[in-house]
Amino acid sequence: MANSVQVEEAGGGGTPAAKPAAAPRASVWQRSLNALAIPVLALFSALVLSAFFILGSDPVVLTAWSKFFANPGGALGISWKTVADAYGALFLGAIGNPGQMARAAELYLTTGQTQALVNAFYPFTESLVASTPYIFAGLAVALGFKCGLFNIGAEGQIYIGALVAGFVGYSFAGLPWIIHMPLTFLAGALGGAVWCAIPGFLKAKTGAHEVINTMMMNYVAFNLADYLLNGPMKRGGPEGFIPISPDIQTSAEFPRFFPSPIRLHLGFIVALAMAILVWWFLYKTTLGFEIRTVGANPRAARYAGISVTRNFVLAMALSGALAAMAGAGEVMGVNHNIAQGFSPGYGFDSIALALLGGSHPLGVVFAALLFGTLRNGATKMQSLATIPIDIISIVQAFVIMFVAAPAIIRWVYRLKAGGGAQAIFTRGWGG
Amino acid sequence: MAAVAQIGVRSETFSRARLLGAFYTVVGLAILFFFSRNTHVGELATLGLNTVQSVKAIQLPDIIVPVLPVTAILGALVTLLGVWQMVRGFRTTGWLLGVASSAFLVSFLVWAARGTSFSLIGILSASLQLATPILLGALSGVLCERSAVINIAIEGMMLGAAMTSVLVANLTGSLWLGFFAALAVGALLAAWHAVMSIQFKMDQIVSGTVINIFATGLTSFLNQRVMQVYQNLNNQVTFPLLSQVSPELGRIPILGPLFFDQSPIVWMALILLVVIQVALFNTRWGLRTRAVGEHPRAADTLGINVIRTRYINVILGGMVAGLGGAYFTLGSVGRFDKLMTNGRGFIALAAMIFGNWTPVGSFASSLIFGFADALQVKLQILSGQVNIPSDFLLMLPYIVTMIALAGVVGRVVPPAADGQPYEKQ
Amino acid sequence: MAPLLELRGITKQFPGVLANDQIDLTLEPGEIHALLGENGAGKTTLMNILYGLYTPDAGKLLIRGKEAQMTSPDQAIHLGIGMVHQHFMLIPQFTVTENVMLGDETLQRGVFLDRATVAARISEISEQNNLQVNPDAYVKDLSVGAQQRVEILKILYRQSDILILDEPTAVLTPQEAEDLFKVIRALVARQVSVIFISHKLKEVMEIADRITVLRNGRVVGTTRPAETDMAALARMMVGREVILTVDKKPARPGAVVLELEDLMVLDDRKHLTVNGVSFQVHAGEILGVAGVQGNGQTELVEALTGLRAIAGGRTRILGHETTRATPRQILEAGVAHIPEDRQRDGLVLNYPIADNLILNTYYLPPFASGISMHENTIFATAEELVKAFDIRTPSVRTAVSSLSGGNQQKVIVARELSRHIKLLIASQPTRGLDVGSIEYIHQQLVAKRDQGAAVLLVSSELDEIMSLSDRIAVMYRGKMMDIRPSDQVTREELGLLMAGVQPT
Repeated sequence: MANSVQVEEAGGGGTPAAKPAAAPRASVWQRSLNALAIPVLALFSALVLSAFFILGSDPVVLTAWSKFFANPGGALGISWKTVADAYGALFLGAIGNPGQMARAAELYLTTGQTQALVNAFYPFTESLVASTPYIFAGLAVALGFKCGLFNIGAEGQIYIGALVAGFVGYSFAGLPWIIHMPLTFLAGALGGAVWCAIPGFLKAKTGAHEVINTMMMNYVAFNLADYLLNGPMKRGGPEGFIPISPDIQTSAEFPRFFPSPIRLHLGFIVALAMAILVWWFLYKTTLGFEIRTVGANPRAARYAGISVTRNFVLAMALSGALAAMAGAGEVMGVNHNIAQGFSPGYGFDSIALALLGGSHPLGVVFAALLFGTLRNGATKMQSLATIPIDIISIVQAFVIMFVAAPAIIRWVYRLKAGGGAQAIFTRGWGG
Repeated sequence: MAAVAQIGVRSETFSRARLLGAFYTVVGLAILFFFSRNTHVGELATLGLNTVQSVKAIQLPDIIVPVLPVTAILGALVTLLGVWQMVRGFRTTGWLLGVASSAFLVSFLVWAARGTSFSLIGILSASLQLATPILLGALSGVLCERSAVINIAIEGMMLGAAMTSVLVANLTGSLWLGFFAALAVGALLAAWHAVMSIQFKMDQIVSGTVINIFATGLTSFLNQRVMQVYQNLNNQVTFPLLSQVSPELGRIPILGPLFFDQSPIVWMALILLVVIQVALFNTRWGLRTRAVGEHPRAADTLGINVIRTRYINVILGGMVAGLGGAYFTLGSVGRFDKLMTNGRGFIALAAMIFGNWTPVGSFASSLIFGFADALQVKLQILSGQVNIPSDFLLMLPYIVTMIALAGVVGRVVPPAADGQPYEKQ
Repeated sequence: MAPLLELRGITKQFPGVLANDQIDLTLEPGEIHALLGENGAGKTTLMNILYGLYTPDAGKLLIRGKEAQMTSPDQAIHLGIGMVHQHFMLIPQFTVTENVMLGDETLQRGVFLDRATVAARISEISEQNNLQVNPDAYVKDLSVGAQQRVEILKILYRQSDILILDEPTAVLTPQEAEDLFKVIRALVARQVSVIFISHKLKEVMEIADRITVLRNGRVVGTTRPAETDMAALARMMVGREVILTVDKKPARPGAVVLELEDLMVLDDRKHLTVNGVSFQVHAGEILGVAGVQGNGQTELVEALTGLRAIAGGRTRILGHETTRATPRQILEAGVAHIPEDRQRDGLVLNYPIADNLILNTYYLPPFASGISMHENTIFATAEELVKAFDIRTPSVRTAVSSLSGGNQQKVIVARELSRHIKLLIASQPTRGLDVGSIEYIHQQLVAKRDQGAAVLLVSSELDEIMSLSDRIAVMYRGKMMDIRPSDQVTREELGLLMAGVQPT
């Protein structure tokens, strides 16, 4: 079948072709706006749809609706209030109180007092803290997608990264921080690389699908963590019954930038740097060219002399390393130890996030900031409005759906179809 | 020239045979080495033919065997076969793999049960129970993928159905309404998957992931927000076992505990297995389904509605997955637990692949996975004999899945159009 | 009397292409009406409209004088229309019986497939029409010719009286084509009407009662074989004088470049598909490999380029052993490869032209040093190649997917021939292209030969092989039947060799 995709981009001085001259440069704006429209509308629609689940599970709202014909205003009013309270709490928890921020800034400018400022901006910085593991894990999934691989095992890799980094972090005492800190981080990454290279290797050698294998390795990783934290890596002493590791050495910690309680740490900067590195790697190096070619057309890659199997293993190893960095970062920057269940599902969320970011490192950073904000806000929402934090998963499911099938969004909002080929994410069982 | 070709082909299979032979030799030596440890000459193991639950059943004598001679004989046998395979090579290797793996399992069980007793029927009965949701998930996968729609959302469908069955059964007080609600939720989630992947031509694996994330999110959300607040909505609701309905069945030795100390859903699964197997290969629906899965355009040129066929199959598959979900609650523990399916939907997919996309093959591999699951449970009971931390035993089914998948892919063939949306122009 | 079938003003627009523009066509009972046109002229689109696979944007369809709204093949089948598609619509994993009954199943006890009854009916029909086929055989095990017979059986089983054949001889040997013509004439004698689609002038002149020529989606004219000749038809088809022969000087063969010794290759199903092939290709000559597709040519080329493991025998390039070499090692030895399926193997469709032009040289200077790639050099080189090879595109940043088939093939040719090469392996290099692109690519192949490269040309188009090759090898069931200088073999002899018969 003919593959007819619109001409996407056109430079000046094109030779005459069947199509009229190239699109003018001014439309770059138009196009980036179009590119943004889908994710923004996807998120908006997802929040709207999720609101119905908040309403549908609230007994007070349901009672009000059962009396809808007697008191329609009441039902609508209480519904609006419930949703507004929930999403309001989400905003407060995620960004903070704008009024309080303004007053604190004024106080700081007039008196130089910092405590109020720290308190006012605390929620916002917490969102950045929550975004940090999302950036790493999102890059991990995105890099897999670029090679045509679907790594749904980021969650397990996060645990492996945390366990290895934690072990290096607490067991090597007396090292200077300049050695210990990078060593701890890189050891975690290496652990994830080796762990995730296994499904990559199995895919390359036997064709076993990575979706099943990475999922299976998640369960193996969880049980392994459970065993280690209750056994060899368990903290002794009075807290002996809790499955938690010893604290890492101070020399292995990521430094924090602001006074307590703000926890923003070096990991955030490392994550941003990693995003730039991944972008450079994918688009400016021969290795990245190989990975992208294998992802776009493995047969053509083989024809061009590129080893498909080698790139499967390489891409999975790099993906695992990035995901493991999320775990190592949490241990070194936030928790300073490994506890059972320390990751609230960063790895699973990162699938939605990578899709939302179009599998592009820059897109991933924005999507991660958004998800970090949501996750941080949802914690507040759970305590203030008693909405379980799992609502985030429902939002995510809708986000993925709308981003992966933009036709739905275009249909709902009557948008014109844009040009450009749809990204290939995965292939069938055949590989 | 032809003779040279024969040699060329032969040498490849021959080196493979050698590799397998080396592997069997290692297995045999492992039996000899490991399963002679921590035991002494004369120690006995008891393999029971009765189960604790089935005291009413007619009791049979237990099989009592000496540990060391059994493991020594089996170990020596496998080693011998391995060496022979390395030196001479057998033509067919399928049965050899069966002999080696059963010898390993038997020696392991005998060794694990040394000085104590171990219910053989119990573990087989548990295997069938634990295989049931995997079988149903795999059948769901067969229905979808034979019409070329990949369904990795079986996990989510089962989870959604499991919760719904408990909620509805408690709300209405009717087990059967809960049962049908589970099927309906399976169908509903499947219809969603169908709209996304067939209508909007979304990548089918991404579409399945959407359902999985949605179902895990929504069930956890409702579990915390509704079921933990109104605890009477999560009261235990289970179908009675067949032997409770008609006690005579339960009294049959071996077969009683094996087949009748079971939930009716186990039987529904077995009946579905037969029905789908026959229908797929011998009815109009089956012929058309397979045609749509192998070569949808050819089917289209003969006037078969590809899109409609896929919709029907995916929704039927969703209902079967819903039945699998109902098994977790109505057929087993009777209450909903957060994330209670625990990856069984993914294992079901592996079982389907392992079974070469056929119902009967899926059943055979479901039994293997069910056995691994059952073994893991039983070994935790025997933890005094087997010094393996329970966490490692819990990993067993997942690792078995990975090994099985790696060993079989490449030799099984998915439907040719699997995973590809149909473009009608 | 009204014609059996009438098309009036059929128009169909695809994104960027007007595939059919106001087409009128009639088919009389018992007539063989040929639809002639080059690749991309809109023949297949028109027939897919007639068969209900596409819906026309405008125009009317009359069958037996009544207007028909054709929205699905179902309706076409009901109205007595049957079609043999260019790519067979058979399910390889099914038996002949299952393929024939699919969509029109006979049941026993209302539920189960009645294979026995259908198989008996198939045997009956195949005997009546001289279409030998075993109803219980699996289609994947049948030869291409037998698969075509199954396709015709499918139509006769449904008692259709309008038969559409889309390029039916493309996959047959000349002798098999003769047999097919006999079957068609016998059917016409029994009042079946046939629409015969082809781009081959000779066979159209031989079989048709009337000929309608299509060009760029329009009807150029309708004529009868007696009223025209091949040159006139060619002018109608292409719109200008066509030089039917390639202008080339005699070859001056040099040293041996490629050498095969008793080569054996397995296909994906582990069947021995290339069975003991030996030959040499010299610098400065074109060796053509003729044969009906599916006789091991694909596997031969894949083995030579390192894409498929070699099960036995050996290959040497310029004296160096390459039996176990990787695709990259073979590329670096100076081998260029124009693959059989350009979209699947030769291009990354959503990459820009520039990236496709460096698909196998991206890691070499001047495009990269170390792991860092040099974008400016890549784009500058791409601009040069686009000019040199006359690739029609608005920009080198355009995705290859938006180019026409001919321009896509030129991207591959530009990439492969712009390197310094010793050996060119071209597999079906002009399949599905328009005459202009075909002429261009033929010139390029001859030019490369004249520069001293060895050329291995694999093609199932006998005309292409005969006009380009200096020596011709014929492949049949994995073996080379014979290798002869091209001036010492006739078309008929090649046809027999392609069917596995040694001419005496």
